[in-house]
Amino acid sequence: MGLLDKEFSDGNIVIARVDDLMNWARLSSIWQLGFGLACCAIEMMATSASHYDFDRFGVIPRNTPRQADAIIISGTVTLKMATRIKRLYEQMPDPKYIISMGSCANCGGPYWEHGYHVLKGIDRVIPVDVYVPGCPPRPEALLEGLLKLQEKIRNESLRKKIA
Amino acid sequence: MKNPEEIFELLKNEFGDTILGLDKDTPTESIILVDSMNINKIGAFLRNNNDLKFDSLMVLSGVDDTNGTKVKDEDGTDMISGGTLSVYYHLHSTNLKHKITLKVSTPRENPQVESTYNVWRTSDWHEREAYDMFGIIFLNHPDLRRILMPYDWEAGYPLRKDYKNPEFYKGMKVPY
Repeated sequence: MGLLDKEFSDGNIVIARVDDLMNWARLSSIWQLGFGLACCAIEMMATSASHYDFDRFGVIPRNTPRQADAIIISGTVTLKMATRIKRLYEQMPDPKYIISMGSCANCGGPYWEHGYHVLKGIDRVIPVDVYVPGCPPRPEALLEGLLKLQEKIRNESLRKKIA
Repeated sequence: MKNPEEIFELLKNEFGDTILGLDKDTPTESIILVDSMNINKIGAFLRNNNDLKFDSLMVLSGVDDTNGTKVKDEDGTDMISGGTLSVYYHLHSTNLKHKITLKVSTPRENPQVESTYNVWRTSDWHEREAYDMFGIIFLNHPDLRRILMPYDWEAGYPLRKDYKNPEFYKGMKVPY
């Protein structure tokens, strides 16, 4: 469902639905909040670096929540950090997306029983769009998570955000 | 370079009864037991004496000795009553290349230890951690507040053996 299949032959006009155009713009430049927590953040940085090159999907780190589209929760979320993450999330403008990266952010990971200080899943605080399993996930897995998120954005409509 | 017996003798001559004993039966450095209210004076002596020169506090750690009696709480869970909490000081002399470990014990119900902040600055955060995890009060510490747990954590001291985690913290469910 590319946009260019409705291109006119002289090459200067493309016809598209507003929904498709908006979704295409959004999913092609997901600016992620520059934010890392634990060992998953190392994998996230590796994904951003030249070998895996997050930027080819339009993902760049933006160091302010007010201009970020997505936040990747990359690591163990302590109860102390959870209050800060909630505040960062609230400062982001709509539409905003959350990728929960790795076992710790998904469900507490290895801290599920004796982690007196760990939040057992970031979805207890903010709504998650894509869960990426792994401990930590390889860069390929994070890229797959991003492609899932793009798929999700592609099916949204202006009238209603389809969850 | 001095061996533990020599260090113990030096301390015994200087401080007498506040040096409680020497434990040589350890897999690592020998441990000298000292009085918790004089640890800062003993530390200053260890640092300043020309035969000792313990200029580096490598680590300070709190320990729950779990040597009290187990009693049932009103809600039926185990509590520890009596016994002691301990603080270990691992010292190293970068100049004379010798090491020693100091240990102080303090009652669990009112755990108070003199701060060694004025001897080794390392103590600052390490004592805050021991306070955060075990509730040991370091007297004369300049800034004794929690360092790892949230400042408003009210559920107690997590590394005590009878610690119970709360159900909720600021509306977030804590157990799995």
